[in-house]
Amino acid sequence: MTTLEKLKEILSECKGEDLNITPETTFDELDFDSLDKVDIVMQIEEAYDISLGDNMQLSTVGELIAKIDEAVANK
Amino acid sequence: MDKRVALITGAGRGIGAKIALTLAKENTDIAVVDYSDESAAKETLEALAQAGVTARYYKCDVSDFNAVKTVVDQIVKDFGKIDILVNNAGITADKLILRMEESDWDRVLDINLKGCFNMIKHVTPYMMRKRYGRIVSISSVVGMMGNAGQANYAASKAGIIGLTKTVAKEFGPRNITANAVAPGFIKTAMTDALTEEQKQAMYKQIPLGCLGETQDIANAVKFLVSDDARYITGVVLKVDGGMYI
Repeated sequence: MTTLEKLKEILSECKGEDLNITPETTFDELDFDSLDKVDIVMQIEEAYDISLGDNMQLSTVGELIAKIDEAVANK
Repeated sequence: MDKRVALITGAGRGIGAKIALTLAKENTDIAVVDYSDESAAKETLEALAQAGVTARYYKCDVSDFNAVKTVVDQIVKDFGKIDILVNNAGITADKLILRMEESDWDRVLDINLKGCFNMIKHVTPYMMRKRYGRIVSISSVVGMMGNAGQANYAASKAGIIGLTKTVAKEFGPRNITANAVAPGFIKTAMTDALTEEQKQAMYKQIPLGCLGETQDIANAVKFLVSDDARYITGVVLKVDGGMYI
């Protein structure tokens, strides 16, 4: 499963609906609130056994994928 | 309403068992979480089975952060969800502060207060995604009024109130309510053993003039997890016969 596919799974579960996301999708479009964002980060950290920190300022899904891939590579 | 699933800590016996049986009558499957061996909860499990609900036993020390995560994950695997969390597990180690050991303090705070945090921490992610949750933690009027010989217990029960109010604020946007029930003097094997003189002294502190029953506490929990209480969160419901007003 690619990082994008895994992210789609996590974001859809959090939103409670099937989301169609691409690397260009912005988090503004997805309209997650602060609780969602914490939940998403925790799920990603658990899925990849990485630490992303609490203050991620990301605008697109692509940026998050890059951040995850970088953290996985540095494990 | 669809069948709901309740995780109740300390549900093997006493107040926890009464809460479990009361919620079972409200079409709720029960995950009985207790520190004792399953055999100690045998009567409760049999009664729950007779009530026609699915009930499973999970042995767990609620003060153990990782053990709680494992048990919560297992319960979700077994039941598919957790709609209701009742933090009831608690212990006492009563001594005047002058005689209280550090270990007396730590153990009571670990089980009574940290145990609530551990459960809430691991259950709320599941509730958040379902956009539904009802959390009730059993506090005590002692947490509001203090009690000589119970510094550790009173502090833990006061802590539960602060924790409950914070959980209510953090998770309200996800339709998760958090409330506390604060029992006063409740009739138990311990109060049965008191002398008549001691009982009379106790009654004098209670405007309603009698001890509460475990069912009184269970009724309060039943209300707080019901749809009738959908707009109630962050409250401490005293069930104490007016002992602390």
